[in-house]
Amino acid sequence: MRAFREHTGIVVPLDRSNVDTDQIIPKQFLKRIERTGYGEFLFYDWRYDAEGKPQPDFILNHQQFAGASILVAGKNFGCGSSREHAAWALSDYGFRVVIAPTFADIFSTNAGNNGMLLVRLSEVGVKTLLDRAEQTPAYKLHVSLLEKTVRDDHGFSATFAIDDFRRSCLLEGLDEIGLTLKHEPEIAEYESKQVQRGW
Amino acid sequence: MSTKTLFEKLWEQHVVRENSDGRALLYIDLHLIHEVTSPQAFEGLRLAGLRLRRSDLTVATVDHNIPTTSNRGLITDPIAAQQVETLRRNCRDFGVQLFDIDSAEQGIVHVIGPELGLTQPGMTIVCGDSHTSTHGAFGALAFGIGTSEVEHVLATQCLWQKKPKTMQIVVDGQLSFGATAKDIALGIIGRIGTDGATGHVIEYRGSAVRALSMEGRMTLCNMSIESGARAGMISPDETTFNYVRARRFAPKAFDKAVAHWETLQSDDGARFDSTLEIDAAGLEPFVTWGTNPGMVVPITGRVPDPNSTPSEAERQAIARALEYMDLKPGTAMEDIAIDRVFIGSCTNARLEDLRLTAELIRGYHVHPRVQAMVVPGSQQVKHAAESEGLDRIFRAAGFDWRESGCSMCLGMNPDILKPGERCASTSNRNFEGRQGRGGRTHLVSPPMAAAAAITGHFTDVRKWRFKEAQTA
Repeated sequence: MRAFREHTGIVVPLDRSNVDTDQIIPKQFLKRIERTGYGEFLFYDWRYDAEGKPQPDFILNHQQFAGASILVAGKNFGCGSSREHAAWALSDYGFRVVIAPTFADIFSTNAGNNGMLLVRLSEVGVKTLLDRAEQTPAYKLHVSLLEKTVRDDHGFSATFAIDDFRRSCLLEGLDEIGLTLKHEPEIAEYESKQVQRGW
Repeated sequence: MSTKTLFEKLWEQHVVRENSDGRALLYIDLHLIHEVTSPQAFEGLRLAGLRLRRSDLTVATVDHNIPTTSNRGLITDPIAAQQVETLRRNCRDFGVQLFDIDSAEQGIVHVIGPELGLTQPGMTIVCGDSHTSTHGAFGALAFGIGTSEVEHVLATQCLWQKKPKTMQIVVDGQLSFGATAKDIALGIIGRIGTDGATGHVIEYRGSAVRALSMEGRMTLCNMSIESGARAGMISPDETTFNYVRARRFAPKAFDKAVAHWETLQSDDGARFDSTLEIDAAGLEPFVTWGTNPGMVVPITGRVPDPNSTPSEAERQAIARALEYMDLKPGTAMEDIAIDRVFIGSCTNARLEDLRLTAELIRGYHVHPRVQAMVVPGSQQVKHAAESEGLDRIFRAAGFDWRESGCSMCLGMNPDILKPGERCASTSNRNFEGRQGRGGRTHLVSPPMAAAAAITGHFTDVRKWRFKEAQTA
């Protein structure tokens, strides 16, 4: 897995709450058997009209946000379906960090398993970032997982909490399966006890 | 001795090891897989040179992208066909039992698990699908996972989990006529919102929950994820044991299993992190008006006015949903006309759902403007319904009677709404474009969907005039 330590990038403000994974990656793109190449389909129905032409109103189509790598959104980001394609699409598009007041559970795990950092900030903090990203050309944030901080160049600074296990996996880019297989004897022991239950 | 919740008992019984940071490695008793979220996981196993640890605890079916027409063996979409073919190859190569498209036991993964007796009380069950919460109806800890986790379970039969919080939802009293398990679910989500249970495992309790059949309990647990919950569960009882008994994969030493299952109850005085109480008698048939399942009102209600809320974020969310749904504030729900009806999905496509629906439409015909389809949850459901003659009632009323699959719940197969079409759907999500780009989904119970199919607009089933069965 790709490690995450620190990142600085352009911020896109997506001022919507309850952004579900059906919006992040619509169903018609879930039939592929690859893990890569989903970035062009990210937010497809919001980014493109029925003929496939870019929707000028949608924030990702604004020239000033080209090359953005940090997404700021409303609460309950990533709700709905368990499709990991949502995390793949965000990551493939170039997002390394998503900042929101809250995230849905399955999406959080999926993002972590793909080396993407989810930062939970207060509603007020997120509102500040949304406003600044809308009003400041090429607005950037510096995100440090080492220090657990988010900063801009205009005096914004916030710390965030993250689960220790998730943090160390991200910092080291650890492969969870490899870690778990080190506990093989314990898994085997659990299985032998289960067999003894006998039904 | 300390008191424990059902969830805590299941958790403790499955901990393989616990780390100092509070994470536990949980053993998984049953891993269900399907064509959409597994190909990349098997590819990962191959790339790492890993074996599938427990092929005997892994069971597969095809459901998400397959057609529901009678010639469905021929998948014309080459990308969908390749995905199904990939699942077949993976099941062959890794020795996984597959209930394929031509199997008499194929169906939606969350319908066939219980139906085959694979789903049992006390188990941990995972699947790369958020509606895995369905299996919690049996007193199992069942939750949806992403593809990386699918790969992790294939390789290790375990998952690392942080212990979630617990929430009890106590539904007491008696459901009134016309209200179903779906209405309990929609009523709860309407009250706590689509993130009201995030980070929690819900245990549904109370007399109204006890009174539900297994099928009703599955509908209720199925929708747990729509309130953000990690899982939903109901402690097993006689209703549960009677359902599981004699099914194909039910335990051989059944009485011994039951003796264990009977211990799977929350102890008296067990502490939950939060509690919600619902009066079942106060629940009406519900209809969603917006673009998430929390945007819901009783059938007697009206489309809300964005300006009625003090919160600016909320006002924008309502306004945006109404624009997408093409609805005006203040419109009576009963005045909303529909174009399509979908009776199906892992939420509401079991035999009882079809029986309730057939009883209501008997002697009527689908409204001329409406196109209605029934997609049974599994081949077993379909055949059972046909042996009772339900298919004849549906066909006579002008419903399309289909083969089993996920179908228009998520529109990965050819069953989709056209832009602007409005659908009364028994599925679980009314997200923008879920059933087809530009399509407008209203979530309802099966009887409410059936009534709307006949009248052409949302209709309060409590006022329905049932027609007697004609004796042949």
